[in-house]
Amino acid sequence: MILSVQDVVKTYGNYTAVNHVSLDVPKGCVFGMLGPNGAGKTSLIRMITTITAPDSGVIYLDGQKLHARSPEQIGYMPEERGLYKKMKVGEQLLYLAQLKGLSQHQAMNEIEAWLTKFEIKDWWNKKVEDLSKGMQQKIQFIATVLHKPKLLILDEPFTGLDPINTNLIKEEIALLNESGISIIFSTHRMEQVEEMCDHIVLINKGRNVLYGEVKAIKNQYKQNLFRIETHEALPTELPERFPVVKTEKNALTFKLENESDSNELLRTFLQKDIKISRFEEILPTFNEIFIQRVAETEEQ
Amino acid sequence: MSKLSLIIKREYLTRVRKKSFIIGTLLAPVGLLVYMLVIVGLSSYQGGDEIKVAVLDEAKIVGNLPDEKGVRFLPSGNKTLDQLKTEVTEKKIDGVLRVPPVSNFQQKDHTIYYYSDDKLAPEKSGLIEKRIAGKIKEFKMDSLKLDAGQLKLLESDVSIDPEGINSNQDDDQSKYTAGVGLAVGGIMTFLLFFMVLMYGQMVMRSVMEEKTNRIVEVMMSSVRPFDLMMGKIIGAGLVGLTQVVAWVILSGAVSFLVPLVTGMGSVEPPMTPGNATMDPEMMQDTGMRIMTELSKQNWPLLIGSFIIYFLGGYFIYSSMFAAVGSAMGDDLGEGQSLTLPATLPLILAFYIVSMAGWRNPDSGLMVFSSIFPLFSPIAMPFRLAFNPPWWQVAISLILVVASAVFFVWLAGRIYRVGILMYGKKVTLKEMWKWTFYKG
Repeated sequence: MILSVQDVVKTYGNYTAVNHVSLDVPKGCVFGMLGPNGAGKTSLIRMITTITAPDSGVIYLDGQKLHARSPEQIGYMPEERGLYKKMKVGEQLLYLAQLKGLSQHQAMNEIEAWLTKFEIKDWWNKKVEDLSKGMQQKIQFIATVLHKPKLLILDEPFTGLDPINTNLIKEEIALLNESGISIIFSTHRMEQVEEMCDHIVLINKGRNVLYGEVKAIKNQYKQNLFRIETHEALPTELPERFPVVKTEKNALTFKLENESDSNELLRTFLQKDIKISRFEEILPTFNEIFIQRVAETEEQ
Repeated sequence: MSKLSLIIKREYLTRVRKKSFIIGTLLAPVGLLVYMLVIVGLSSYQGGDEIKVAVLDEAKIVGNLPDEKGVRFLPSGNKTLDQLKTEVTEKKIDGVLRVPPVSNFQQKDHTIYYYSDDKLAPEKSGLIEKRIAGKIKEFKMDSLKLDAGQLKLLESDVSIDPEGINSNQDDDQSKYTAGVGLAVGGIMTFLLFFMVLMYGQMVMRSVMEEKTNRIVEVMMSSVRPFDLMMGKIIGAGLVGLTQVVAWVILSGAVSFLVPLVTGMGSVEPPMTPGNATMDPEMMQDTGMRIMTELSKQNWPLLIGSFIIYFLGGYFIYSSMFAAVGSAMGDDLGEGQSLTLPATLPLILAFYIVSMAGWRNPDSGLMVFSSIFPLFSPIAMPFRLAFNPPWWQVAISLILVVASAVFFVWLAGRIYRVGILMYGKKVTLKEMWKWTFYKG
């Protein structure tokens, strides 16, 4: 495990922001941290990054309890991000890298490598305030990963990015992950989770309400929905054990009792010699799971 | 390099490299230079061209007056007042001075008349009045058959020479002791007040800037909030010291350059009625005595305690400003109620010193102010020039150092919470609650 959070509690006055949360982030995975606004994601991240300390509970980073030098192994891009506007790009990156424990020499090498990679070497002497918002985001990203952290925490990394830069950063995240860096990816945008994450945790009202592997969770929440799309008119008579839950112009969606009934269903269609253009299992989207889980926990 | 020193370095360098800092640091001594040149220029200015004044001596006491700076006295001959007035109209002379006869010896106030359409400059009219008064005095003395030498003996000057009673006190005091003490204390107080307020607020603005820039959370993930706050406070403090040192050096250079530029031996103070009558010997004597008084001041103690009080006061107030800055949003105006508790004691201390301190540096109010740690960085340096009891200085020093430590600690507690708090209007009560948050 790269990160292990064990029974962590954080209160502010009378308000409990994080309420007995436990979770493990396996090494080398992309871990999604989901939850509505105000759920306690940022409070949890701030404890992982040692910005604040938990009231109770323990956090381990790569097997070690968090300590004064832990931040040097973490790269954190907060949702509320910013740079020193009046500082030059090069100076700024150098400063932030040195604060992460890099020597001046190491920092210079890394900065040069990244600026070359993004083809922005001529920005070294530009002031941050003279850069566009998208350009600033690139610098911010570089600042986050310069010191080669073991764990990268990205809080809503794509807000404010145009599609081109979003893709660029996505690719970089994938590359960093391939090189062995574990990534915690906090967001409320579910489609990104499905696309990028292996594991997730869903946090609501300071509690861990859903946690596990993405595939496993999807399987757990699936309702055995199967959809058949045809090239011709839909059959009118079908066996009763295949209840239709949704009828479209050229498609039907069935809710089956058992997953294994799906072959039976397909066979029925084939026997009727109906030309099928598509047959698929409909898995719940994370959006649906999310809403369902949040509703369930709030009922409790 | 440690993280704290990295932060200090950045805070220091970004400020020192700023144009406003460079201009401010250079311009202040240049301003001083201009001011001194203007004063030198003014004091050597003669009040316009020389004027020719005909003296119509009806009292027969004036005789021939020697020419003065800017005024030439001409005898009237046998011309009448009307003839002389015509000469004024014809611009042969500038004015007519008529001295009526002195009829009554008991009379103290005498009036003489000046006929001209041009206004007589105050400096010139003062000069003429003094010369004629002298002549009337001589005339009265002659008429009363008084001896000038005896009269001189009647004049007496009295001055109080303060003498200490306790053996440990410096008993070689003079009437200049108090004045020099006031000047030294006043300058120290003003400098401390100005620097603590200016650089304390610089810390506040810088904290607010980081908060509104949203860089603070990025920073927090690398350094402890306390280090970030201390880095700012120390960095800005060093900028302040740099500025003062630069001013001292530049001012020294300026006061050295001015005499060279103007070709004068020394910069003379402007002519005032007070020292205009002083003869040069006496002035030299005064200068010597002031120098003696200055050299009698315990400079190592003064400078040493100045530094301690500056550091103490600066840490107390700049940490308060840092805490306030961390609690404030983007809007300076909205935070007025928060900045007031930080600025008020400072202004109050300065007010007490400038109102009560000048009158009596050892009054009860001043003793209290010089010990109370929120006031003492401003009030005690002022009193130091007057040899306050050592135990008061000791208590004051202990309190100021302890308070500085306490306020830095307290501010750190508030800062770490406030700096990450957005979109909330903060009250003092809330800030107080923050100090109890864990972690």
